[in-house]
Amino acid sequence: MSEIIAPLNGAAFDGLLRVDALGPQGQITLRGDFAAPAFRDVVTEVAGTAFPEARRVEAAGDRALLWMSPDELMLLLPYEAATTTAADLAQRLSGEHALAVDVSDARAHFRLRGAPLRDVLAKITPADVSPAALPEGELRRTRLAQIAAAVWLTGPQEARLFCFRSVAQYAFDLLSTAAAPGSEVGYFDGR
Amino acid sequence: MSRRLPEGGRFTDRSQRIGFTFNGRSFQGFAGDTLASALLGSNQVLMGRSFKYHRPRGVVASGVEEPNALVGLGSGDRFEPDQRATTTEIFPGLEATSQNHWPSLERDVGAINDKLARFLPAGFYYKTFLAPVSFWKHVYEPFIRRSAGLGKAPDAEARDPDTYEHFNVTTDVLVVGGGVAGLQAAKAAADSGAQVLLMEQTAHWGGRAPVDGGTIEGLDPEAWVSRTVAALEAMPNVRLRLRCMGAGIYDHGYALGYERVGDHRPEADGPRHRLWRIRAGHIVSATGALERPLSFAGNDLPGVMLASAVRDYVVNWGVAPGDRTVVVTNNDDAYRTAIALKKAGLKVPAVLDARQHGGGALMQEARELGIRVEQGWAVAKVKGGASVTGVAACLQIGSGVVMEEIACDAVAMSGGWSPVVHLWSHCGGKLRWDAEGAFFRPDPARPATGADGQPMISAAGAANGFGGLKDALEDADRAGKFACQRAGFKPAEGGVPQADLPAEAPLAPVWLMPAGAGPELRMKAWLDYQNDVKVSDVQLAAREGYQSVEHAKRYTTLGMATDQGKLSNINGLAILSDALDQPIPQTGTTTFRPPYTPISFGAISGEAKGSLFQPLRRTPMHAWHEGNGASWEPVGHWRRPYTYTQPGEDKHQAVVREINATRESLGILDASTLGKILVKGPDAGRFLDMLYTNMMSSLKVGRCRYGLMCNENGFLIDDGVVVRLSEDSFLCHTTTGGADSIHAHMEDWLQCEWWDWKVWTANLTEQYAQIAVVGPNARNLLETLGGLDLSKEALPFMGWTEGTLGGFPVRVYRISFSGELSFEIAVPANRGRELWDALIDAGRDFGITPYGTEALHVMRAEKGFIMIGDESDGSVIPQDLGLDWAISKKKDDYLGKRAQQRSNMRSPERWKLVGLETLDGSVLPDGAYALAEGQTANHQHATQGRVTSTYHSPTLGRGIAMGLVLHGPDRMGEVLEFTAEGFDPHGSDVAAVKARIVTPVLFRPRGGKAECLRSSPP
Repeated sequence: MSEIIAPLNGAAFDGLLRVDALGPQGQITLRGDFAAPAFRDVVTEVAGTAFPEARRVEAAGDRALLWMSPDELMLLLPYEAATTTAADLAQRLSGEHALAVDVSDARAHFRLRGAPLRDVLAKITPADVSPAALPEGELRRTRLAQIAAAVWLTGPQEARLFCFRSVAQYAFDLLSTAAAPGSEVGYFDGR
Repeated sequence: MSRRLPEGGRFTDRSQRIGFTFNGRSFQGFAGDTLASALLGSNQVLMGRSFKYHRPRGVVASGVEEPNALVGLGSGDRFEPDQRATTTEIFPGLEATSQNHWPSLERDVGAINDKLARFLPAGFYYKTFLAPVSFWKHVYEPFIRRSAGLGKAPDAEARDPDTYEHFNVTTDVLVVGGGVAGLQAAKAAADSGAQVLLMEQTAHWGGRAPVDGGTIEGLDPEAWVSRTVAALEAMPNVRLRLRCMGAGIYDHGYALGYERVGDHRPEADGPRHRLWRIRAGHIVSATGALERPLSFAGNDLPGVMLASAVRDYVVNWGVAPGDRTVVVTNNDDAYRTAIALKKAGLKVPAVLDARQHGGGALMQEARELGIRVEQGWAVAKVKGGASVTGVAACLQIGSGVVMEEIACDAVAMSGGWSPVVHLWSHCGGKLRWDAEGAFFRPDPARPATGADGQPMISAAGAANGFGGLKDALEDADRAGKFACQRAGFKPAEGGVPQADLPAEAPLAPVWLMPAGAGPELRMKAWLDYQNDVKVSDVQLAAREGYQSVEHAKRYTTLGMATDQGKLSNINGLAILSDALDQPIPQTGTTTFRPPYTPISFGAISGEAKGSLFQPLRRTPMHAWHEGNGASWEPVGHWRRPYTYTQPGEDKHQAVVREINATRESLGILDASTLGKILVKGPDAGRFLDMLYTNMMSSLKVGRCRYGLMCNENGFLIDDGVVVRLSEDSFLCHTTTGGADSIHAHMEDWLQCEWWDWKVWTANLTEQYAQIAVVGPNARNLLETLGGLDLSKEALPFMGWTEGTLGGFPVRVYRISFSGELSFEIAVPANRGRELWDALIDAGRDFGITPYGTEALHVMRAEKGFIMIGDESDGSVIPQDLGLDWAISKKKDDYLGKRAQQRSNMRSPERWKLVGLETLDGSVLPDGAYALAEGQTANHQHATQGRVTSTYHSPTLGRGIAMGLVLHGPDRMGEVLEFTAEGFDPHGSDVAAVKARIVTPVLFRPRGGKAECLRSSPP
């Protein structure tokens, strides 16, 4: 049995938020022409979701399609399915100018849960994390203190966050520090 | 004497006593006290000594503008110097120490400087440079060094145990200042539905109004403040923050707030300070006004205070700065102090009103309370030493002939009010002179503007020059409505609260008291308390030719102390204007720069300390390295093992062991940090032909090729092995440091220049762990894992294959950076550690030896392989390095090609790469220069080359080096002299090492048994 070790697999922190480092997560980077019907059809069929609008996430079951930039998507899916799905996508997109590549090992994923979610995020990202600017179902690619990361609000008090795997420990330490007990801000939370 | 009044104090809770120490002595105050009010309440008037003359000083103000009462707070790791007693809220166990004295606050040897004042004039520091050099070194410098600085620096080994954080918010309207104007502006803006953030630097809402009186909507100001705060708190779109100062305003509505979360409760969890980083649609600066001192002789004695501060202490903290207080003023406002003192049961022997015709209703009220008022009178000088014993009164219009000496123990002075225009000015808002009020006020026609060219900040209330309650509230309402409009909201209908306050008679500008004061009085009339700048100093600067206010400031140090001239600015430039015989607006002000008051370094660094100081990038094998003796080399944000030391070894011995083991049997290297960029599309080959100097489109699927990348100026920026994965896809390896920048470089060209080329890129650097297995037994090891045919025939040099190796999905590249048989194995990162462990385990029979970056460097140098960053430095082209073989002659173009055809790039005089061998076998110093005959234009020794890489080679048993040398490749065998440690470029004695020019390929120059020619860089 192989030993798949996601960065910080299973690490957790309890403070203003519960921070969980998640296990292996299948990820496929897709690049292509969003206006091309063939590209949209293949991608949405494989993902089993609608095609996301700018900055949005479309999720269904254990898959989600994330809008990363005007010509880049990320498909989240079970880790075990990533290699074959990436190959399948590449095959089905071979007539298009498109790229599908398995990047399931490149990033570390975290789940954040708790009422002061937006307050904690505001300590470490310059992005506007107010409910108006960062609604549920939106993916925000931004900076967390000194690293690049993306935040996806999956619920009113829950978010998925990911960064490159090499800085997973930094991200975990950063989130734990920002969520340290006693550091409540009461800006978004409590209004 | 100063003391606690029997009752009173809006802010203090007398049921809660709080113990603290000052200079080791125990004191008691009440909850709600500041350190200043608690000390005054205990008759501790003397709080510090001045910077230059060490004069005894007491508190002069009640807020952030305080120049004198600076103390050291805390001890050990929490010690912090130069903290204002007036803004320090006391807590149980607070430790404060006064500053700038020896041996004690009461008896200070440095006070001798006061007697020497005649010899320490304005510009003293600059004038010392006129003396002979030896005098400076032996007399001035030791003297200045000993006297310099106010507070002590914290111990160099101290480590701040507190935490700090940042907080980013985007809001429609930011209102700075929680006085009545700020509250009204916030209310007016919030009524439109806009998101409003209101911050106040102190612990209390309402500002001065509750102390100064009047009525708002028929209410006492304090009641109105409570009602308005409650109304704002109930609004979901309003957020209020106390103890949070608007520190600075920057471009495009960006502002910094400085929240002192934990200063007043140091035992609580959570951050000590929080730095708010605010993006506001519009900013309202409702920062109030500051009272100005009057310039009379002895105005710096402990017990002489601003009139507003005197009544603040009485009303807010129930403390009397003195039993008998003389009030001296040029305006009506100071009468409020006389009235407050009288009502508190204290004596006011006289109000000296410099105005010939006196004041209005407030003067009348004072007289009715039985207070003696003298119109047209002034203070000639304050009597006393370490405390006030009286004032010598005179006529303002004279030269200071004493009319009467009035006994007192405190003096309350008021020279009028200056709007706090700091935030308005931070980002370029302009000021205009208000002759009636004698102050600079924001010029509404010239505000700081945002990206759209429209105003991004409004001043409101007293900060906008509207001091009266009625005018201030009207102005604040206007500013709040304008702000929400600017942020895209429609102001709600709503009236301005009606306010009532007695009308005031006009102020008379008084810049010197008395008007005709002679030199003796002017030498004792202080402008800048902290830096000891007097009226005479500014006048001297003017006589010595200083006309610009900015120059005069630096020459005299006026306004350069920690208070940044909050009290001294206007008085100083008025004196300067008078000396230059020009109107004040022509002199202008100095520049207002953020922060408004000093903020902590902790707040600026936020969470970035300890493990969060900088992100540290870890490979999947990081923990193994850590557990196996790695000493680290930082490479970008990565930490790579430099070498793995074993017990009893030093680093050098470890490197030698690693190299020998690799060359003799088997080494293993974590190469995961290498950049790996996927380039795919019909135009991928054409794209890489432009990026690399050599031809990549001709590379066959299944093969690898080493390539060089230059920028458009022709200089070498990166190198690495390119792998052709399929007809339309390539994997480009970059240097560790180049991974992100080269990916960005690719996207830059694709998005901005060749936007119609069909190419996609993806940075796969972190997707794979990469492991180099190196040495004569490399193939033997991999064969024991099994699953892939890695024979010479199946996988020739510079080929790649993929499949399953020992159960791992891998791609194997047959490339070498050491001259040895070598395979680089890429595996999905989540299985990197597992593969590494399997290789280490299977390699035991071959004596597998992990090696670090130093062994890697030495082995590549033995083979003459260049290293980006060693052989290249941003000014080196591939041709300099003898890499012409990697530059395509067939291609029409590539990035850098045209630049490389410039005359300077083609010059035969460019230094070129050679190997260097010391005659004595020693290691050349890194960066050493090859000496030439003669001198340069700068009279330095001429040079003809330099060392770019230098190591001890265990393989060859001596020092080896590479370097760039003039005509180097044509001078094989020639011996050069290189600079050695201690070389003096101007001297005639030359410390030099001799080295011979040789080929850079010192190890197996013909390829040797492993037929390795060229390979992957780190």
